[in-house]
Amino acid sequence: MDKSVITRAAVAAVLALAVAGCGTTSGDGDDDSGSSGSEGQSAFTAPDVPMAESLGDNEGELSVLAWPGYAEDGSTDPSVDWVTPFEEQTGCDVSVKYFTTSDEAVTLMKSGQYDVVSASGDASLRLIAGGDVAPVNTDLVPNYADIWPYLKDRDWNSVDGQMYGVPHGYGANLLMYNTDVVTPAPTSWSAVFDDADSNAGKVTAYDSPIYIADAALYLMKTQPDLGIENPYALDDDQLAAAVDLLKAQRENVGEYWSDYLKEVQSFKTGDSVVGTTWQVIANLAQDEKVPVEAILPEEGATGWSDTWMVSSETDHPNCAYAWLDHIVSPEANAAVAQWFGEAPASAKACDVAEKGFCDTYHAGDEAYAEQIYYWTTPIEQCLDGRTDVSCTTYQDWTRAWTEIKG
Amino acid sequence: MAEEQQSPSGGGALLHRHPRLRLGLLLGPPMLWLGVLYLGSLAALFITSLWTVDAFGGNIQRVWNLQNYRDLFTIDVYRTITGRTIATAAAVTVIDALLAFPVALYMAKVASPRLQRVLVVLVLTPLWASYLVKAYAWRGMLSNDGPVEWLLAPLGGGTPGYGLVATVITLAYLWLPYMILPMYAGLERLPDSLLEASADLGASSATTVRRVVLPVLFPAAVAGSIFTFSLTLGDYIAVRIVGGTNQMLGNVVYDSFLTGNNMPFAAAVATIPVVVMLLYLAAVRRTGALESL
Amino acid sequence: MTFSRATRALLLGITGLVLLFIHVPLALVVVNSFNVSRTFAWPPPGFTTQWWSAAAQSAGARNAIVVSLEVALLATAVALLLGTMAALALQRFSFYGRDTISLLIILPIALPGVVTGIALANAFLTVIGIELGMLTLVVSHATFCIVTIFNNAIARLRRVGGNLEEASMDLGAGTFRTFRSVTLPMLRSALLAGALLSFALSFDEIIVTTFTAGQGIQTLPIWIYQNLFRPNQAPVVNVVAAALIVVSIVPIWLSLKLAGPDESVAAVR
Repeated sequence: MDKSVITRAAVAAVLALAVAGCGTTSGDGDDDSGSSGSEGQSAFTAPDVPMAESLGDNEGELSVLAWPGYAEDGSTDPSVDWVTPFEEQTGCDVSVKYFTTSDEAVTLMKSGQYDVVSASGDASLRLIAGGDVAPVNTDLVPNYADIWPYLKDRDWNSVDGQMYGVPHGYGANLLMYNTDVVTPAPTSWSAVFDDADSNAGKVTAYDSPIYIADAALYLMKTQPDLGIENPYALDDDQLAAAVDLLKAQRENVGEYWSDYLKEVQSFKTGDSVVGTTWQVIANLAQDEKVPVEAILPEEGATGWSDTWMVSSETDHPNCAYAWLDHIVSPEANAAVAQWFGEAPASAKACDVAEKGFCDTYHAGDEAYAEQIYYWTTPIEQCLDGRTDVSCTTYQDWTRAWTEIKG
Repeated sequence: MAEEQQSPSGGGALLHRHPRLRLGLLLGPPMLWLGVLYLGSLAALFITSLWTVDAFGGNIQRVWNLQNYRDLFTIDVYRTITGRTIATAAAVTVIDALLAFPVALYMAKVASPRLQRVLVVLVLTPLWASYLVKAYAWRGMLSNDGPVEWLLAPLGGGTPGYGLVATVITLAYLWLPYMILPMYAGLERLPDSLLEASADLGASSATTVRRVVLPVLFPAAVAGSIFTFSLTLGDYIAVRIVGGTNQMLGNVVYDSFLTGNNMPFAAAVATIPVVVMLLYLAAVRRTGALESL
Repeated sequence: MTFSRATRALLLGITGLVLLFIHVPLALVVVNSFNVSRTFAWPPPGFTTQWWSAAAQSAGARNAIVVSLEVALLATAVALLLGTMAALALQRFSFYGRDTISLLIILPIALPGVVTGIALANAFLTVIGIELGMLTLVVSHATFCIVTIFNNAIARLRRVGGNLEEASMDLGAGTFRTFRSVTLPMLRSALLAGALLSFALSFDEIIVTTFTAGQGIQTLPIWIYQNLFRPNQAPVVNVVAAALIVVSIVPIWLSLKLAGPDESVAAVR
């Protein structure tokens, strides 16, 4: 559900997105969920996949399918490593494969070669509906008890009260501004939409079609007439309204950003003074002595929440459960969260994380988490339950994004 | 050419007696690779552009239609982007040609042989530095408080900021060696005696340049321009780094293909630079520039 | 001399300025690799060697360099073979369609990388039906590397003509023997220079690579691209780039030693 999808799509943009992009290969992945028509809704029956009842000895091997940054083994930075400790504790040798879009994750999981996957909201239900992942017996995951209750039994990770994975991290797309330049301090997304002209040429926005949801969220709160109920379920008129808003915004945008470095640099040099951001970027900028604040505006924000799931065809269920338990153990969960820059799912991770980390990321703040509209792939069946219209798809959004940028 | 006579035997007697067979064996593998694999890929791409995808999840529907091209022609934004991309490519090419000419002339006709080698090394060095890192270096150079601003502010100037101008500067920088080197190679082949004859006959430096140097230079410049032009036409990374809000054809292809999961439309957009380059190559062919490639 | 003193001074001046334009950003990369600021603030608030030691320990960067070396070597090997064959065919024979073929050889580099990239990716995935990976990447790189070898080889063949080969044949040497003892030694230095440039082209290629490498393959440019998206990694990227700039002088110098100036130059394209 997340912007992390896009993030990391961009992140590793480069790695064989082509796989996901190319019709016949990736298309297969979508069929099952397509027929279920159930993304974002729990109104479907999950295939009958048996759940593990008890655990045995570890099998000595585990194949992990992950977003870049979620399964670090020290090769990026020797001090960033939560795979090696897992191998030492459990005797399960880990091999990691990274994927870069949810389409790709779904396709790869169908091959049955992977034991566990870090699935985002738009992939998780497809995997459940396709019978590719098994229900998770949370009694066998001792550390599950420490996960914030508001992340459990949600639309994107469970069906009829049965969990299909273990939530491990989430975050919001925040509003960042330069405190020296932008006064008074903004409290609303209007700073980048209706009032953007007061910082003309210095507004920045996230360079991805999914950013349309940010505009839709703003419209949802400020123009009730449009009838937007869910920023990821837009009919043609609603999409057109969001596109108009973004076209007007573009007049004031200095540049769009898509990576950490680019945004931190432009705030540092003063090329950008207000725009959407992630907490981790705000921290990085503050470390660099840039006078910025990042807030969750009054309208709420878009965001992401990810789940680790177990393959229904796994040959290594014991190692898989061990991984699930490890990844939400206080130490590993804190390490992932701090490296990736998101709120950890485990309450106890906050005891291990750097002092103040969880406060910064609002981990455990339920009211805060409820204001996040978790990212979901827009599809033809409206996610808000409307059946009288068909909604715009991610492809429509992609084209619209090109038109917005002009 | 030279091998048409008959002659004795050897290991390859059969080959020796059959030049056509020799030609076939020599030409076969490269032609399979380029003619079948590469041209075949381009053809498949074109065919794909005549298909469409289903609304859900990007399965290709093999239904023949021209909708992608209709969109390209009727939706304003694509015309704008095409125009912007071609203009950028032309600007980059002209700037590179203007910058490269004096350098190539100096290297080829004024510098001592020793200095010549040093200069060639100096011109080639940036080709080995990472493209991305160079583009980011320009992002730093052109930022609001970067070295360019720092240098020009006292003179009353300033950085152009991120946008099309920054994109042109960055791309012109990235591709400059590709223009200098063919020009240098072209001028190297120009005999000194011709220049001397021109001078002996009373021509000024300017006249010599115009009457003797430029005719030799032109095909070399055209050869270089193929690279500066084509590299700019397809670029989508530099414009993201320094281009502000601008996007080029490469971005549309990239976004349609990777983000939007819409291969047919990406293929349709990709035919624009192909057509532009083919027209360019066809025009250039007459100048003999392809021979000097 | 042929140019007036003033003209020569002017040319020297402009050349100096252009060289400055070429090298200032490179110098900036090197300076920034010591910049304390993680986002390369200018002027640098201070200097440090911590990024260099961080880079030296980065297994990811090391692996990526190895992968890039492998890809560049394999692609160059294929290009050497195909480029030399094509050059021999086109320079030593005359036949109908020769011009078209030389145009075809130039095409992969004359068409933008994004076109070559999606065309090949589409062909691999949907027409041929193979998974993207090392093989598809090497094939794609070789496709645009052929031209560098071809250019070099054909320039040399044109210059030396066919007389020696004819003589060899007349003296009774067969086709293979003639190639081994006469043609190849003539071509060797030109081929080496072309190979070096083909290597360079492949080593820094990112666009075609983006589309045709499988997700398991991480070349250096891709590693760089990804790490620009990871927090705190940008300085390490800069160090790797700075190191490459310095190291690159060696192969360039080598290519100049190996070939006459016209070939080394022709080969760049």
